[in-house]
Amino acid sequence: MPSRHKVLAALLVLITGPAMAAAEPAELRVCADPNNLPFSNAKGEGFENKLAEMIARDLDEKLAYVWWAQRRGFIRQTLKAGLCDVVMGMPTGLDMVTSTEPYYRSTYVFVSRADRQLALDSISDPQLRQLKVGVHLIGNDGFNTPPAHALGEQGIVANVVGYLIYGDYRTPNPPARLIEAVAKGDIDVAAAWGPLAGYFAKLSDVPLAVRPIADTDAFPSFVFQYDIALAVRKGDQALKSRLDEVIDRERPQIRALLTAYGVPQVEEPATGLAGAAAP
Amino acid sequence: MIRHPDRRAHWILGLLATASLLGPAAGPARAADDLAAMSQDDHQWVMPAKNYASTRYSGLDQINAGNVGQLQVAWTFSVGKDRGQESVPLVVDGTLYVVGPFPNNLFALDATTGELKWQYAPATDPASQGVACCDVVNRGAAYDNGKIFFNTLDNHTVAVDAKTGQEVWNAKLGDINRGESMTMAPLVVKGKVLVGNSGGEFGVRGWLTALDENTGKIAWRAYSTGPDADVLIGDGFKPYYPQFRGKDLGVSSWPPDHWKIGGGTVWGWVSYDPEANLIYYGTANAGTWNANQRPGDNLWTTTIFARDPDTGAARWAYQITPHDLWDHDEINENLLLDLPIGDRTRKVLVHPARQGYMHVFDRATGELLSATPYDTVNAVTSIDVEHGRPVVNEALNPLPGKTIENICPAAPGSKDWQPSAWSPRTKLMYVPHQHLCMNWQTSEVGYIAGTPYVGATVDMFAGPGGYRGEFMAWDPVKGTKAWAIQEDFPVWSGTVVTAGDVAFYGTMDRWFKAVDANSGKVLWQFRTGSGIIGQPVTYQGADGTQYVAIMAGVGGWPGVIANAELDPRVRNGALGFVGAMQDLPAYTAGGSTLYVFALPKSAVVPASATPPTDGGTGQRQDNAKSP
Repeated sequence: MPSRHKVLAALLVLITGPAMAAAEPAELRVCADPNNLPFSNAKGEGFENKLAEMIARDLDEKLAYVWWAQRRGFIRQTLKAGLCDVVMGMPTGLDMVTSTEPYYRSTYVFVSRADRQLALDSISDPQLRQLKVGVHLIGNDGFNTPPAHALGEQGIVANVVGYLIYGDYRTPNPPARLIEAVAKGDIDVAAAWGPLAGYFAKLSDVPLAVRPIADTDAFPSFVFQYDIALAVRKGDQALKSRLDEVIDRERPQIRALLTAYGVPQVEEPATGLAGAAAP
Repeated sequence: MIRHPDRRAHWILGLLATASLLGPAAGPARAADDLAAMSQDDHQWVMPAKNYASTRYSGLDQINAGNVGQLQVAWTFSVGKDRGQESVPLVVDGTLYVVGPFPNNLFALDATTGELKWQYAPATDPASQGVACCDVVNRGAAYDNGKIFFNTLDNHTVAVDAKTGQEVWNAKLGDINRGESMTMAPLVVKGKVLVGNSGGEFGVRGWLTALDENTGKIAWRAYSTGPDADVLIGDGFKPYYPQFRGKDLGVSSWPPDHWKIGGGTVWGWVSYDPEANLIYYGTANAGTWNANQRPGDNLWTTTIFARDPDTGAARWAYQITPHDLWDHDEINENLLLDLPIGDRTRKVLVHPARQGYMHVFDRATGELLSATPYDTVNAVTSIDVEHGRPVVNEALNPLPGKTIENICPAAPGSKDWQPSAWSPRTKLMYVPHQHLCMNWQTSEVGYIAGTPYVGATVDMFAGPGGYRGEFMAWDPVKGTKAWAIQEDFPVWSGTVVTAGDVAFYGTMDRWFKAVDANSGKVLWQFRTGSGIIGQPVTYQGADGTQYVAIMAGVGGWPGVIANAELDPRVRNGALGFVGAMQDLPAYTAGGSTLYVFALPKSAVVPASATPPTDGGTGQRQDNAKSP
């Protein structure tokens, strides 16, 4: 039966050969929220989607997504569980992951209707005692957004309206309700994270003013500006190094991408807000 | 459907007499089960807490302090999902029912042989896993009139035919996409299935809802925050303390509209006093707002309610922790006992509170009779019993910008959901609880849904003495510990105590233990496959043998480190619990096994002709009273 063996051997080569000969391009496995613009969605419309495509192109890797609502347990159930290798946006300094070099820095902002001409940018502005102010609520695992705390510390409470960051997940981009509420006139001003605010302000039919929150030195416990980086599994130095190099190479393109999405970018170090670029 | 008394084991003679007293079944409808009477039948375990008084006491005594050392495995069963197993098995009419963690499959097994009779698999939404805060647990099912009732994580209450496993009705009560979930074990009272919701950290507004057991239709719903009309507070509301009297306190004790996302969910236990016709339960903490954004008492969070089960109307309420700063859900169990206090017997409600004080109330009026610390407590200095308010140690308030060390107890409190038991023989409560303190500080960053925020670093560790949990016997009259067993890990399992003067509980490092109810001496222990956070029950099989059943499978809030691969290097994972639990993976991985234990035949004294309990007499007798 030697001939049959040869046939079998040839078949095996045919079956296994191509995969060995021309290896599939490596995969860039990204975990992302399928319903949270401007960051990401399942249609690939977010700036983190575009950035993931840019990085995959740069590395000559194939982009693959694992979709998971970004809620408590997100990192544990995705990155740490090995479903993916990269999360496209996380603040630096989080214990549970290893961060790359930051690729942008943004700030909390006030959003109001342009026609109101409120000129709000100070967290201590007396107008905040009269206006209806919307904030995101995070949940009860200790804390909330910095402006929510700072308003509370000033006793600005009764006129503050809470919008759950998780919102109603059946609707598109649930955190956007806070910005839409400004356009609709449900609230006078929103205190929101810059990328979200800048993007939805840009899309709004009603012109909205987006101004970085200033005078935050009075609240040293709270940080209003954050460096945002890619996140890899804790200790995955090899991937971190490769991604750091990509960020270096693509920095101008990344900046242009963020600007196109209306993301307010501030310069480091944050000695003030002179570098703030409101869209 | 016709009642089939022949399906019952021959020993329920007394119970049959009871049934006949109820009169003949009218038309095609089966005679109604008398759940209160059935709960006194110690051969069965027909509701989560064994009886309406929530004593988790069984009159069975085949297994006793003298022979429990010979206990051995009779049979086991896997529910197939290695997540936290907090579920209580039910035993009705010779069948054992157990519901697993997500996706919440329900299994019916022959309670004697372990034969699988049927299983029911609800179409639970996979997305609900991402929403549940603290592992995807379920705490058990309830029974009445031929149906098993249980909740699914994605907010369905389901009724299943107890004989066939066919779904009878399926009621959707909330939406997982809005952060709502359901984990509690229902209680059936007078034909109504009582269920509550979870998800306070998602801004969910808490409620307890009564469903018609035949149709699943909502009979009433009582919210935990908001106007009196929503909280079902009316003319019959007579709280003992003046601070709980007034119009719409569930609105006015909050900044405007903040109550709408105020928390106060209901995911623990419901007790019922048939004589007073009142149900009792506790509400969870105030959710989502940081404390400085919700000045006021934030009623009716962390509150014990007494309500009329027919209408839901509130009779009295007592808030354990006004303006909660600690994440202290007061959903813990309420034991309804008759205790000699002063010169008379008082009908009381005993509530082991999160902040470490054992609260004893007059359950008719809501008057606080005593509140005694049962664990190391420094965050609350004392309870002002006269005025019905805690005296808080302001220096230990966790506020932004502060770093505070050695707050006792830690965020889960001195005791969480894990329910206690009471023996009318020893006059002692058996209380599984944790013994943890914490350091607290503002941390620079947390991150969720695209938004960085100000986080808190909560680092929990063993309390004084270096142990993290305790199983104690507590004398609620004297307000003292009779004895205590210190455990390395938090004791996150429930317990059962029997007329054999044996109490059972489990540990997270995989021991299932039987202890002498009088002395606390460990009489027997068995090494299970995974850590135990379940609720033991005991019953008598068709073969006359007493069985003890417990689910083993570590998880829950403290156990996710072992079963969900939390990083033990991150001390503040799982809301700070990881810090206290870093060594757990050295003892256990996840599990999913129901263990059923019995004595070897050789050790069993032949059962007497009559049942060993009052269960068959047909008299409604409160187990909480003296035997």
